[in-house]
Amino acid sequence: MTDAAPLAIETRGLDLWYGDFQALYGVDVRVRAGIITSLIGPSGCGKTTLLRCFNRINERYPNVRTGGVIRVLGEDIYDPSVSLIELRKAVGMVFQRPNPLPISVYENVVFGLRVHTPRGELKRAALDEAVEKALTEVGLWKDLKDRLHDRATTLQLEQQQKLCIARLLPLKPDIILMDEPCSALDVEGTRAIEELMFELRGRYTIVIVTHNMAQARRASDECVFMLLGKLIEHSRTADLFLSPKEARTAEYIEGRYG
Amino acid sequence: MSAAAPPATNPAVPRFARTAHVARKERSERVARVVFALMAAAMVVPLAAILGYLLWKAAPALRLEFLLDVPKKGMTEGGIWPAFVGTLYLVGLSLAVSAPVGVLAAVYLNEYSRDNAFTRAINLAVINLAGVPSIVHALFGLGAFVYAAQFGYSILSASLTLAIMTLPVIIASTREALASVPHSFREACWNVGASRWQTIQAVVLPNSISGILTGLILQVSRAAGETAPIMFTGAVFYKAVQRGDLLPYRLDEQCMALSMHLYTVATQVPNVQEAIPYATAVVLLGSVLLVNATAVTLRVWLRGRKRW
Repeated sequence: MTDAAPLAIETRGLDLWYGDFQALYGVDVRVRAGIITSLIGPSGCGKTTLLRCFNRINERYPNVRTGGVIRVLGEDIYDPSVSLIELRKAVGMVFQRPNPLPISVYENVVFGLRVHTPRGELKRAALDEAVEKALTEVGLWKDLKDRLHDRATTLQLEQQQKLCIARLLPLKPDIILMDEPCSALDVEGTRAIEELMFELRGRYTIVIVTHNMAQARRASDECVFMLLGKLIEHSRTADLFLSPKEARTAEYIEGRYG
Repeated sequence: MSAAAPPATNPAVPRFARTAHVARKERSERVARVVFALMAAAMVVPLAAILGYLLWKAAPALRLEFLLDVPKKGMTEGGIWPAFVGTLYLVGLSLAVSAPVGVLAAVYLNEYSRDNAFTRAINLAVINLAGVPSIVHALFGLGAFVYAAQFGYSILSASLTLAIMTLPVIIASTREALASVPHSFREACWNVGASRWQTIQAVVLPNSISGILTGLILQVSRAAGETAPIMFTGAVFYKAVQRGDLLPYRLDEQCMALSMHLYTVATQVPNVQEAIPYATAVVLLGSVLLVNATAVTLRVWLRGRKRW
């Protein structure tokens, strides 16, 4: 890891509790901007919890407390001046199961714009342009340009997941968090999403949680290994898989547990 | 093929034949099924009997004129128009109060509140209020609205009493409808930076509206049928009203109501034409069934438009 590259996300001593259960223990992680970072580890190791910290979406769930510092794009996101709305515009999230809203493809893509722009200020032409741009960026435009007013829930799962990514783009996010984005998809769908991640790489910082070690290996630049709420190892993906520094990492990637 | 031969089978000893024990189980299974089916069928009998008996007894009086006309000759003849309109007033006004309060309270409880002492207290109150007998609501309405708030015996007092009575059930049914909206829709909204209120407007309410409306409408029919709460607070035996007059009452006046009228003509007035109480019951029941049918239709229609 070179420290010269700018950091998209940095945590220091991040603790998190669900009620009495501590899910994260003093996590220090530094996610570099513009690359793909994967979070791996066995179920319950806190990787999804960590991901959900980065746009403070954890707070919408009951009984969550956090301690420590989280900086996104250099700003402390627990500073009282931080607007959750602006934070979540900048840090979008994609979920395990595609969750398009039960409205048209078009309305899904412009949903964020509608949420953030006063009614009446949105011009039809600007919306049309945003839809074309976002759908082109995720590679859906050719397939869907004649189906923009179909219900998004009628699309194939792979298209739905791409649409969920496209939905973030009109807000010009800096960071896209992906929580096992391929776990509901078949092999083809998984490949398509991974290719899309490579397309988006550079313009966006991508953090992906995955159960699938092969996917982490194929599709990420850096890899963070977590275990029981602690960050064990963080290095370039190739290094982590070829020459892990920690014995626990080595055992996990060999498939001894998890 | 050097693999071992499969174990020899001996057709003389069937492996799947019924033993006495299994036969006994099968017999009790058949008995259970018949008993349950009979019980389910038995439900239809009282319903059919009630409807049939009412219609048969009411038949001589059942004409449109009965609905539109006013009671005559000391309520022994004539129609039920004042009571019918009175019920519309009471139910309409009580719903105008309980629907917004109930739905908004449910939205707060389901979408905003955290699990703390305050919300637990509200939940407890809702559950317990739903279990309070209507006669107790009636007494409360008498004390609170008629005397304390000095609304007097009036449509206002009676409607507010009905509203208090239906409120907890409206809250419960609305919460259920809200909870049926998949959580992933809310997450999708939050993650593009939508506030809770934007999420509720854009996603939660449009996708739960059919359940909310059904719950409201079912409370309409309940409010229409209750007698005790309005008897204590604003319903009268008799009120002179023009035939077919749509606006016969002021809100600070007492009114007649179908449920109350049924009680009156059935038990309090001598020498009533026999068909009148039955015809009154048919109108009350018919209105309730009509409202319920609307609820079902609405639900089916909105379901068809449901978007996931």
